[in-house]
Amino acid sequence: MTDTNASSPLASYDPQSFFCEMLGRRDAPNRCAETVWQRIGELGLDELRARSRDAELELYNFGITFTVYTQKDAIDRILPFDVIPRVISPDDWHTIETGVTQRVTAINLFLWDLYHEQKILKDGVVPRDLVVGNKNYRPEMVGVDVPHGTYVHINGTDLVRGDDGRFVVLEDNGRTPSGVSYVVENRHLMQRAFPELMDNIGIRPVSNYGQKLHEALAEIAPAGVTDPQVVLLSPGTYNSAYFEHIFLAREMGVPLVEGRDLVVENDRAYMRTIAGLQPVDVIYRRINDDFLDPEAFDPESMLGTAGLFRAFCKGKLGLANGIGTGVADDKAVYAYMPRIIKYYLDQEPILPNVETHICREPKGLGYTLDHLDQLVVKPVGEAGGYGITVGPRASRAEIEHCRKQLEADPANYISQPMVNLSVSPTLVESGIEPRHVDLRPFAVTGRETWVLPGGLTRVALAKGSIIVNSSQGGGSKDTWVLA
Amino acid sequence: MARYIERAENLARVLDVNETFSRDSAGGQNWMSVLELYDDGERFFEHHDAATAEAVIRFYVLELSNPGSILSTVRMARENARTLRPLISTEMWTQLNIFHNKLRELTPEDARKSRLARLCGFIKEACQAHTGITEGTFYRDAGWYFYQMGRNLERADQTTRLLDAKYHLLLPEAAAVGSPVDASQWNAVLRSASGYHAFRRIYPSGMEPVAVAGFLMFHESFPRSVAACIDGFHRNLSELRRRYVPAVGEATAAEVEALRVSLENSEIEQVISQGLHEYIDSVQLKLISLSNKLGQDFFGAEVPDGPEIHGAAQA
Repeated sequence: MTDTNASSPLASYDPQSFFCEMLGRRDAPNRCAETVWQRIGELGLDELRARSRDAELELYNFGITFTVYTQKDAIDRILPFDVIPRVISPDDWHTIETGVTQRVTAINLFLWDLYHEQKILKDGVVPRDLVVGNKNYRPEMVGVDVPHGTYVHINGTDLVRGDDGRFVVLEDNGRTPSGVSYVVENRHLMQRAFPELMDNIGIRPVSNYGQKLHEALAEIAPAGVTDPQVVLLSPGTYNSAYFEHIFLAREMGVPLVEGRDLVVENDRAYMRTIAGLQPVDVIYRRINDDFLDPEAFDPESMLGTAGLFRAFCKGKLGLANGIGTGVADDKAVYAYMPRIIKYYLDQEPILPNVETHICREPKGLGYTLDHLDQLVVKPVGEAGGYGITVGPRASRAEIEHCRKQLEADPANYISQPMVNLSVSPTLVESGIEPRHVDLRPFAVTGRETWVLPGGLTRVALAKGSIIVNSSQGGGSKDTWVLA
Repeated sequence: MARYIERAENLARVLDVNETFSRDSAGGQNWMSVLELYDDGERFFEHHDAATAEAVIRFYVLELSNPGSILSTVRMARENARTLRPLISTEMWTQLNIFHNKLRELTPEDARKSRLARLCGFIKEACQAHTGITEGTFYRDAGWYFYQMGRNLERADQTTRLLDAKYHLLLPEAAAVGSPVDASQWNAVLRSASGYHAFRRIYPSGMEPVAVAGFLMFHESFPRSVAACIDGFHRNLSELRRRYVPAVGEATAAEVEALRVSLENSEIEQVISQGLHEYIDSVQLKLISLSNKLGQDFFGAEVPDGPEIHGAAQA
């Protein structure tokens, strides 16, 4: 690597046996990040800290926050931001880009099949009850044709890297994945705080996400509409991702609406404006299926608008993401994803899964119960890192608790071997230390799939922790894909 | 949002002026007068024993239990801005966010009388920065006109309150009429409306109460006079309708036109002889009615806090 003298903050940095996103592996160093690493060393710890404080203050002042509500107060929190970027080489990016595209393509083919002929179920590749018994499966969608066969227009794929440096898929997010606003805002923040760090590196831009998203959404407008009116449907200001909704509406230049702003008449959606009702052609909805339309789904929902599903079924309204996509990003269906890719595309997955044991199957349950101390056990229905038991790190009591839960409701769990998540140098109290990271690239699909060159790098800020979720002490980093 | 910021700015000015100029003949300050101005006596004495400078300042700057305090109004403005974030400029949001954060960090120590001038200066400047940023960055769509109308209504309301609180000084039997204290009271009224120097340009000498009242009510070139605010509202509404929704807002337009004409044709001497207080009361009722009409005409509902944009589908 570059020469780092003893006073350099980098001198004591030691990723140990983990794969390091900045340095690569000892035997295969990440050459393309050398300049960045050297410049960080030249800045020095004090300067890094000073700029880090400024950056966090800026996030707070800009209101790039998620809101935590207590009984008496609304507290705005920022997602902690680490100023040391994560650098991705052009080769690694190529793998991610093609792998994510392949996966999204397969997911959309899978969904089309599930809601049409169900060939994959008839052929016994995926168990029927796993799909039709899934609470995210929407029988109402059977026979409904969607433009270009696209159900998942916005997808986030959670990737991690193990010791061998290979990216593997941890989870698919094909409902309403969030976090892309941080990808763009983190970049803007870095551009303001560290202009010299970015000079002549060749970082691929991320700021055209809004434009690309709008293009894809325009592609799913009802037939015959040439200049479609797109809107973003948000559950409202109390949603913790409200900042992102504003961000996306603004970046696309479309109105942000809530359910009460919309109305469906004669199978067409309209928004209320001071000049009366204006037609709406495409809705990017950030509301779950359940709450989207009280007429079709949960009748108690106050967030959605009655009739949206009707308009969608009649082809008079584009909806992104489509309805019933949750059956494809389910943690239990995830286990079948390599076979799903093979079935529809006749290809091996470019991005492999983590080996997954399905506890609804006796074989998977047996293996899991026998190896609880080596496995990570996850409930299939939960989001946000809740309910996970990390076997190698758990106490005996925790393992026994997990065993009881598994035996009581095996179908609710999957287990995976523990992946030694890669690390990335991170600015902490004691200096620059390795912290575990994951990566969520975002793919946008209208007619075709486009992957934003970057992604949300989440970092587990606590020493040794592998839980990167913001609700559990995670932060984020800017992600630089090099050209 | 505009209304809340306008309120905060006016309140800061009133506090500042009261501290600086509003003294009785013995040099004592009367903080009760501020409570009377906003009709807050009852609420204040629920939590406080006496209208001391410290208590009144705290009450109006920092206390969240007072919905009219500067912290409360700026918080409301920020909450409004949060729901309007897709429509307002990012710079408007950021400034309001920083302003709110700074206010929240204030301690009772910062609101001490000895620091009041500086504190009020900060608040006024932040409110004016908001107004300036809005003028310079807010996209000129329908939202812009609603914003302007809200501000104009609030300004008119603030000026009528200010004048109403001092109207008793105009009564002939008031002992101190014409005395130096009287003049200093009117001086304070003008400064509270940021109108002292403008007034001086028209009346280089003297401080006739009737002239001050007439200036604040009817002067067409003073931006905080009731007539100027209503004239502004009238123009905002006409533009809005002309550009976006000619078929909507008829009732509001008729009402503001009537008010504008009546203000234009009023003479202060006549108003005073018939009772300034009663006149101001009737104007205030008309302001409330205008706000309600605006809500009904454009949003199909009365809007409790003035004509803010509700919902988001204001394409």
